[in-house]
Amino acid sequence: MAMAMARWRQRLLSSACSSSSSSAAAPQALLRLASSALSRQSSSRGFAAAPDDTTPFVVDIPVPYAGHRCDPPEQRVETSAKELVDFFKVMYVMRRMEIAADSLYKAKFIRGFCHLYDGQEAVCVGMEAALTKEDAIITAYRDHCTHIGRGGTVLEVMAELMGRKSGCSLGKGGSMHMYNKEGNFYGGNGIVGAQTALGAGLAFAQKYNKQNAVSLALYGDGAANQGQLFEAMNISALWDLPVIFVCENNHYGMGTAEWRSAKSPEYYKRGDYVPGLKIDGMDVLAVKQGVRFAKEHALTKGPIVLEMDTYRYHGHSMSDPGSTYRTREEISGVRQERDPIERVRKLLLAKEIVTVADLKNLEKQAKAEVDEAVNQAKEGGQPETHELFTHVHVKGLKQLAYGPDRKEVIVPLP
Amino acid sequence: MAQKVLVPCSSSSSCGNVQFSPSRVHTQAIAFGGGLSQSSSRKNKSLALKAVAAKGETSAPVTAKSGHEILLFDALREGLEEEMARDPTVCVMGEDVGHYGGSYKVTKGLAEKFGDLRVLDTPICENSFTGMGIGAAMTGLRTVVEGMNMGFLLLAYNQISNNAGMLHYTSGGQFKIPVVIRGPGGVGKQLGAEHSQRLESYFQSVPGLQMVACSTPYNAKGLMKAAIRSDNPVILYEHVLLYNLKERIPDEEYVLCLEEAELVRPGKDITILTYSRMRHFVLQAAKTLVERGYDPEIIDIRSLKPFDLFTIGNSIKKTHKVLIVEECMRTGGIGASLRAAIVDNFWDFLDGRPECLSSQDVPTPYAATLEDATVVQPAQIIVKVEQMLQGLI
Repeated sequence: MAMAMARWRQRLLSSACSSSSSSAAAPQALLRLASSALSRQSSSRGFAAAPDDTTPFVVDIPVPYAGHRCDPPEQRVETSAKELVDFFKVMYVMRRMEIAADSLYKAKFIRGFCHLYDGQEAVCVGMEAALTKEDAIITAYRDHCTHIGRGGTVLEVMAELMGRKSGCSLGKGGSMHMYNKEGNFYGGNGIVGAQTALGAGLAFAQKYNKQNAVSLALYGDGAANQGQLFEAMNISALWDLPVIFVCENNHYGMGTAEWRSAKSPEYYKRGDYVPGLKIDGMDVLAVKQGVRFAKEHALTKGPIVLEMDTYRYHGHSMSDPGSTYRTREEISGVRQERDPIERVRKLLLAKEIVTVADLKNLEKQAKAEVDEAVNQAKEGGQPETHELFTHVHVKGLKQLAYGPDRKEVIVPLP
Repeated sequence: MAQKVLVPCSSSSSCGNVQFSPSRVHTQAIAFGGGLSQSSSRKNKSLALKAVAAKGETSAPVTAKSGHEILLFDALREGLEEEMARDPTVCVMGEDVGHYGGSYKVTKGLAEKFGDLRVLDTPICENSFTGMGIGAAMTGLRTVVEGMNMGFLLLAYNQISNNAGMLHYTSGGQFKIPVVIRGPGGVGKQLGAEHSQRLESYFQSVPGLQMVACSTPYNAKGLMKAAIRSDNPVILYEHVLLYNLKERIPDEEYVLCLEEAELVRPGKDITILTYSRMRHFVLQAAKTLVERGYDPEIIDIRSLKPFDLFTIGNSIKKTHKVLIVEECMRTGGIGASLRAAIVDNFWDFLDGRPECLSSQDVPTPYAATLEDATVVQPAQIIVKVEQMLQGLI
């Protein structure tokens, strides 16, 4: 048992993914010359030419994909300077946002349950790079960053966390219930595993309406043992629904490590007849490539399961210190070896797309953006009392709500 | 072929072809839900002339030769077919609804007409196909989820409570869930405990859901259509033993109001509130009661959530006595909630406590005699009404 645990810990910290700079030599060298010329020019003007450059170049993906009943995609992905800088920006904003949520929770501005996503940013950012807004995403309760990825603003998220009416769900949902209809983001679900059936429903609607889009149903390694997931996989495979089941495997189902809860922790294989792909979830480019492959598969051949090998730095939620079931060395080890933002930073610097000073600027901007959003959200008002009764039913249902003495009508429900 | 849509529900629509009965008192209208329907007075006209309410008495506003005779399951099917033909986003999913035609023939012939995607045969996974129906409804499809027996939907309780009921609220109104969840429930003929459940009592406190129970072919078709057209999640309760009830219903298209109760028999001595199969037991008991000189007012509440307190209240103000006859268990059933609502709202108009006849708090036994003893029987209704009207209780 101890041996198995030790091996498992070792796998978590595996540094096979740390060396982003040791990718293929020749095309890079050329690029380095070209971009360094550019950056010498642009450094005097500050932050200009290179980050907007959309010329594609290829990057190797160090950690190999593992396929189940399918041939994994290539270990190389096309990207561009602009895309990498955007990745950095967005992931950094998400990171700052989650850290801000942490301090707000400790200062009692945020109450109840607060599940933070820091460490896992590469998953939602990489996904968005391979999808369009026509595709639908549904996830569980660790949804703050997914909401941002789908087009939500930091202000909306912060206000919702603090229960203000400027929140994305008007303050009535909270941390676990963030939705964005225009962005085709279906939440935000509190009960573990229930969202996978909804995800099958989203894909059913896409097939019914003959849309050329896919639905992604995200769930965690804890939810991977839910029966309804297998029911959803069965009906998706049976009717060829364009759904991608994404298991965000952060190796802990709250306090229970995966080797203690799953007989087979190879979640990408759990679909059995549904093909699967295991992806290094801390590498945003690997995620992008994997999701693009999966989207093609879902549109042509049927559902597919993706397992994102990722990690969360915080505990399960803010009430969980996160250190009773894992060591601090493990957490800091993963942060050192596999942090998604650091990896992109190293790549950006190695390819000389930006300088260290540029990155510092970006970080400052991100911090400012998040701080601004937090301040604005704090100023936001609480929802009015009558909002208690709105949106229970859609307009048209005649019902009156009474005050506590049951005599005075306080509001007619819309 | 629809010629005229009769929508006998008030609010903004005009009820021009309905006659207003002067006996209905509109006091404190605002407190009880505004101007609700006057369609029930239509039945005043035809039924007041007859002294005895027969079991198969028509509740539908048709004259002797117009309209067509139909069985209840077929009326449901007609309603469903009309809605599916009218709106391409309406689709049905459930076990054996497609090729088999539905275990109670409610979806017979629909798969041939509309295709396998619109009448979807699901595997046996209530939790996920209900979830699937709800997820599809979030995107705008109007799904009808059939539970082969209502009891099976307990497996989907999470989806119904947390997703169907709550999503409109927790998303701040962004998503609506126009799903209809329907199926047969209630105590049948020796079906055993697990297949004789009354789920209206379990779902009634889920906020965000709307619940209706049909009892005749006329209201079955009307409520089915209304439920499909509603943007709220509606649970439509059918009863296993009522599927073969025959009645003559109008040829024209009609849609009933989901929140409205039906005045089955006007009277002045006592208000009897009932729904689903118990309506027919009450009508049977009423035959005897009328012969003995009593004049019960019988209301089929139809809308289990929210209650039509307007119709119920007007009746109680007239009779001052109320008896609820239901098939739910005594504990936590529809009768329990209805009693509380009546006490809260109409205390000043009651001469005695509101009485309730409900099923026993036991799992439904298999043996015929025991099963009969579990549910309310017409004889018990007669005894109870007589006791109440003679002032014995």
